[in-house]
Amino acid sequence: MAHSADDIIGQCLAWQDEGLSVALATVIETWGSAPRPVGSQLGINENGDFVGSVSGGCIEGAVVEEALDAMETGQAKLLDYGVSNTKAWEVGLACGGKIQIYVDPVLAS
Amino acid sequence: MKREILEQLNQAQADHTPCVTLTALSTGSTRFLSCEAIDRQPSDLRQAIESALASDRSAAVETGEGRVFINVFNPPLTLIIVGAVHIAQPLSQMAVLAGYDVTVVDPRSAFATSDRFPGIHLVEEWPDEALDGLTITTRTAVVTLTHDPKLDDPALDRALNSKCFYIGSLGSKKTHSARLTRLEGLGHGAEVLARINGPVGLAIGAKSPAEIAVSILAQMTEALRGQPSS
Repeated sequence: MAHSADDIIGQCLAWQDEGLSVALATVIETWGSAPRPVGSQLGINENGDFVGSVSGGCIEGAVVEEALDAMETGQAKLLDYGVSNTKAWEVGLACGGKIQIYVDPVLAS
Repeated sequence: MKREILEQLNQAQADHTPCVTLTALSTGSTRFLSCEAIDRQPSDLRQAIESALASDRSAAVETGEGRVFINVFNPPLTLIIVGAVHIAQPLSQMAVLAGYDVTVVDPRSAFATSDRFPGIHLVEEWPDEALDGLTITTRTAVVTLTHDPKLDDPALDRALNSKCFYIGSLGSKKTHSARLTRLEGLGHGAEVLARINGPVGLAIGAKSPAEIAVSILAQMTEALRGQPSS
């Protein structure tokens, strides 16, 4: 059976099989105009490689940083992103929407 | 979250069974719930989960135990293509990119080869036998591309008797009109026959096989996600 190009869960499992730390970021809630619907996911490994998306590319960089931190601490975190006055081009959303993201490290069994 | 949850999600997707994960946002604990486990939840939570699954929309909900995130994992969309013809080659690859598990049915072994359809599930059987052996759900699309009545008609007959969300059939207006007459002879009324999109695909002036595949996948998407908002 052919697999979808963005098999995020499968890729996270494959990274962990290679011995890499992994975290999963999920869009929990959106307000106003948001590029990706609730439930959209971004899988991240300890090297900063990622699969999937939680926005149109606006906040993935920041979420990857948070995910690397979550892998270190082992703690999940809830993050809010909106339009930032001074750094809109860095971690804000150009579309004017707001997004809540849950970043959860995947604990190897 | 535990790795085990990802393994359970992967397995549910492979088994084509719907499931959800529940994350208690105050404590950070995440649980995997199969269909059976969903049935055992308290009624308000169960209703929220069932509504999320039915609308295919994940959601954060307030419960007696605080804010809980329900992430919906419906089974993958499936596409059954009858006819391992030229258009089926780009259509199958594009549909995989769009998230479909694709099966191509063609009893003619010269057409249904893995060289022509790398990575695609091929069934070298007559469409009636093949479709009887495949699971057709509300997340299935059926597209016939042979414009040969021997091959297309039995597949369309099965599709019309199913709950699939999209039926498309390649062929000119004349071919389609003759097809409808034959299918009427099999006992399908006008309202049921109107489910067939024929000539297949959105009218975007597609000419090449890949362009026709784009028009078909666009029409499938419209059927799945609703009318365009503009």
